[in-house]
Amino acid sequence: MPARRRRHRQNDYAWTGFLAGVFLAAGLFVAPSLDASGAQQHNKEKKKDKKAAQLSKAFRGKLPITELSEDEATLHALNRLAFGPRPGDVERIKNLGLEKWIDAQLHPDSLDDRTLDTRLEDYPALKLSTAELVERYPNAQQAAKRAGITLEEYKRRMDAEADKSKAPREVVLELSEAKILRAIYSERQLQEVMTDFWFNHFNVFAAKGPVKWMLPDYEREVIRPHTLGKFRDLLYATAKSPAMLFYLDNWLSADPKAYAQHAKEIEQRRQRFNRLFGGDSRIMIMSRPNPNRPNFPRPQNRPQPGQPPQGQAKQPRGLNENYGRELMELHTLGVDGGYTQNDVTQAAMALTGWTMSAPQRNPEFQFDEKIHGAEPKLVLGHTIHAGGMKDGEELLDLLVTQPSTAHFISTKLARKFVSDTPPVALVERMARTFADSDGNIREVMKTMIYSPEFWSRETYRAKIKTPFELVASALRTTGAHVERPIALVMWSARIGEPLYACQPPTGYPDKAEAWVNSGALLNRLNFGIVLATGKMNGAQLDVSALLGQDSGTDPDAVLTRAVEVLLGGQVSAETRAVLQKQLNDPQVLQAMFDDPVKNVDAGMITGLVLGSPEFQRR
Amino acid sequence: MTISRRVFLKGGGVAMLGFGAMPSFLARTVEATATPNKKILVALFQRGAMDGLNVVVPFGEPAYYRMRPSIAIPQPSRTGELSALDLDGFFGLHPSLQALQPLFHDRQLAIVQAVGSPDNTRSHFDAQDYMESGTPGVKSTEDGWLNRYLQQQKEEQSSPFRAIAMGQQMPRMLQGTAPALAIPDIRQFQVMAPGQMSGAMSGGFEALYAQTVDHALRGTGQETFEAIDMLKKIRQQNYQPANGAQYPKGRFAQSLQQIAQMIKGNIGLEVAFLDLGGWDHHVNEGSVQGQLSNLLREFGDSLAAFHKDMGETMRDVTLVTMSEFGRTAAENGNRGTDHGHANCMFVLGGDVLGGKVYGKWPGLEREHLYEGRDLNVTTDFRQVLGELVQIHLGNNQLKYVFPGFTYDPHKALGLVRA
Repeated sequence: MPARRRRHRQNDYAWTGFLAGVFLAAGLFVAPSLDASGAQQHNKEKKKDKKAAQLSKAFRGKLPITELSEDEATLHALNRLAFGPRPGDVERIKNLGLEKWIDAQLHPDSLDDRTLDTRLEDYPALKLSTAELVERYPNAQQAAKRAGITLEEYKRRMDAEADKSKAPREVVLELSEAKILRAIYSERQLQEVMTDFWFNHFNVFAAKGPVKWMLPDYEREVIRPHTLGKFRDLLYATAKSPAMLFYLDNWLSADPKAYAQHAKEIEQRRQRFNRLFGGDSRIMIMSRPNPNRPNFPRPQNRPQPGQPPQGQAKQPRGLNENYGRELMELHTLGVDGGYTQNDVTQAAMALTGWTMSAPQRNPEFQFDEKIHGAEPKLVLGHTIHAGGMKDGEELLDLLVTQPSTAHFISTKLARKFVSDTPPVALVERMARTFADSDGNIREVMKTMIYSPEFWSRETYRAKIKTPFELVASALRTTGAHVERPIALVMWSARIGEPLYACQPPTGYPDKAEAWVNSGALLNRLNFGIVLATGKMNGAQLDVSALLGQDSGTDPDAVLTRAVEVLLGGQVSAETRAVLQKQLNDPQVLQAMFDDPVKNVDAGMITGLVLGSPEFQRR
Repeated sequence: MTISRRVFLKGGGVAMLGFGAMPSFLARTVEATATPNKKILVALFQRGAMDGLNVVVPFGEPAYYRMRPSIAIPQPSRTGELSALDLDGFFGLHPSLQALQPLFHDRQLAIVQAVGSPDNTRSHFDAQDYMESGTPGVKSTEDGWLNRYLQQQKEEQSSPFRAIAMGQQMPRMLQGTAPALAIPDIRQFQVMAPGQMSGAMSGGFEALYAQTVDHALRGTGQETFEAIDMLKKIRQQNYQPANGAQYPKGRFAQSLQQIAQMIKGNIGLEVAFLDLGGWDHHVNEGSVQGQLSNLLREFGDSLAAFHKDMGETMRDVTLVTMSEFGRTAAENGNRGTDHGHANCMFVLGGDVLGGKVYGKWPGLEREHLYEGRDLNVTTDFRQVLGELVQIHLGNNQLKYVFPGFTYDPHKALGLVRA
């Protein structure tokens, strides 16, 4: 470990020299990105544009970069297609060529990620199936039942045990820590950004019922393999995933007529049995504990699929539109995608019978013919009558090919990667690619990345970082060593984004308004302070190594270096002046005088820069 | 000695940064403190679905005792053992709510029984969402009803403390375009820099955000530092609850105390939100003692302390409680209750026409139960909240606050004084 850190340090030194030169050259031009007013600045910008247009072919390939300098374009790519730069990244990309780096990111399998994989070995829950997770991190009530003790007794035992790692919340915690580690350390940065994006698009909520045990499987098997693949595959995978089936209730949805018919048949069978044997048929059926028996904790409203009887027969099941609606509104067409309430009802009907087996033990997708509505459905003017499970598939195919879907998905991608209000022409170009490529996400991304709008001056630093992005980028930029990311998980929540805990199916919003409020902003500032002053549990940051100085002898050098390292040298003149002023604060001077080893100035400047308006944007 | 932020700003920083915004922001602060007679609403969410039938006990209903053999609260007793505290000869309070009984009889506390959502969901997740968005059955609603009230009642010069949520996150109820602050603990709402650099850092941040050309962040930055400043003043007053009020221990009581502190600090607070979880008693709920009883004691004692502490100021304050749904009329096989339908709400304040249990009682006989198992909803929760918004807060735009709900003034319960 020390060897690795030393290497970083050397890189940093090499980088300092280079960037210091760049800074001297570019120092005059740093303001335009933040303040485009004034004719003088406009001229400077023009001058720079001319310069940017001459970016070498080896660097940019066919990327249409005309307004950004090489440094800016590199930082921009790292801020949008990755979770920000790590020390040395800018230099590496400049050597490799930006287009080549992007191409590799678009093909994550081509990148070696073994270092990260080794670290993730510490998180066993990531690799387990849902059934194994239920077994290993049991619900307290069920575990108590199995051990034949009361819940209180079980809880007492758990409290007494030193190892608390059996609690179900551990599953979500492991997943959250891994998410942070991946964002910071994965070489496959775009893959991680896309995983975050698609999970949020197809959001499920960890705290709803058994979803927490389904999450590792959901992210690993449903989301991750398709992040740059076909949208259709992603949609199918989510539609059939236990997590989504449970979260949006489709597993309970039944055609009332089919259900009534089914219940009637069961009742007839039971009576026939009674006539023949004169006993209670339930004795035959029940090999597991009888849910009617007192003291058996009966899950609320959770009839087994296809098994309505046993005391629940009086509560007829019916259609649940929850998933049908969100499928159209949030997953495919968009709220203005041109569907009606009747389309929602009919879509829900097409999806009846898409349910799962054993939701509490070993959930797996299952089609249940007995509760499926057999009549033809009319959705968006198309008749769906494929029969059985194929009804739902025909519905998904229909939705994938709608122009509204191409447009809605392209808009969301452009909002994530370009700006809160993405240019209409860009979205249309992306939507065309979506339609022409049969929903190939990689192709849509390419259309976006090879558009001048992606590289425009206007787009540069136009997005507010989400809390998760802020945390990941701060750790990447500072090159802090993360031992255990639990504190970072907490900070993401404190700044407003608890991981895997977005309750509504909309997922977290992707616009500045949602993330900019006083409480959240104060927490952003405090996060920067805690990290910069070495108080972040489980993450060590050596500011003096980062800023390349051993004592507070030259405050100016500290500031210059901090701006270089943390903001790529790009900061407004005003911000710079404020920072300069703080270095001369009598308190700080006194503290430096009292204890030069503590690097009060370096910690303070790093904290201020991490909390600066510039660092809140990407 | 520490150098105050103001000194820094005056001493040079201001001139350099061209503080155009300064006067208006100070003006705003003054404005905000000059509205002492503003009406205030405190919304309290009891997450997890409280068992309303063991809180406001229908002791006059025989079916209640039939269905709850082990957890029912006994009828009011004259011999001193723990039992329901008689309210009106039919309903009684859980004995752990003893602190609230005098408030009921002083007509400061009103109760609405059999109130809830028309939506039949029994999912905590959906039901809380609906109660906070104010649009049962509609999931795409982006903002909460309390935020829509704020949007509707626009104020040119509002205080950063106009809407406060006591907690880490902004609750759904206060999410939306109108500004609101989420504060877990006012004692910690400050820049947390180590001692020797705290002045320089908070001054630095304030200057960074005051000068930035980043409009979105500049506005929020100013609000934040105004808020920090105003809170500092309140904190320095070393708050002592008035009238001998004694808050219980714990986060919930502390949040209520801090709300009282902010209201009395006169910093422009108009709506406040807080929540209390842990009501989901599927197993061993208890009767006059036990899990529910303990939680109710914390709840009731905190509310009573708040009322006492507020004293005269309570005339401008209404506190309303809600929980996403009630619980099954009958106890289950684990001496607990499962997810049900209707619940009860408490309305406390100087404007309240208390001393009465409002709402039509639907009865607990099987044929009166919702889906054969739960207390029926006879009052829509939006009727209660709507009355508070319309009459207490004086806002007539209920169509905007509760879209899709037709507020019928003829059906008004008359919970608060017009």
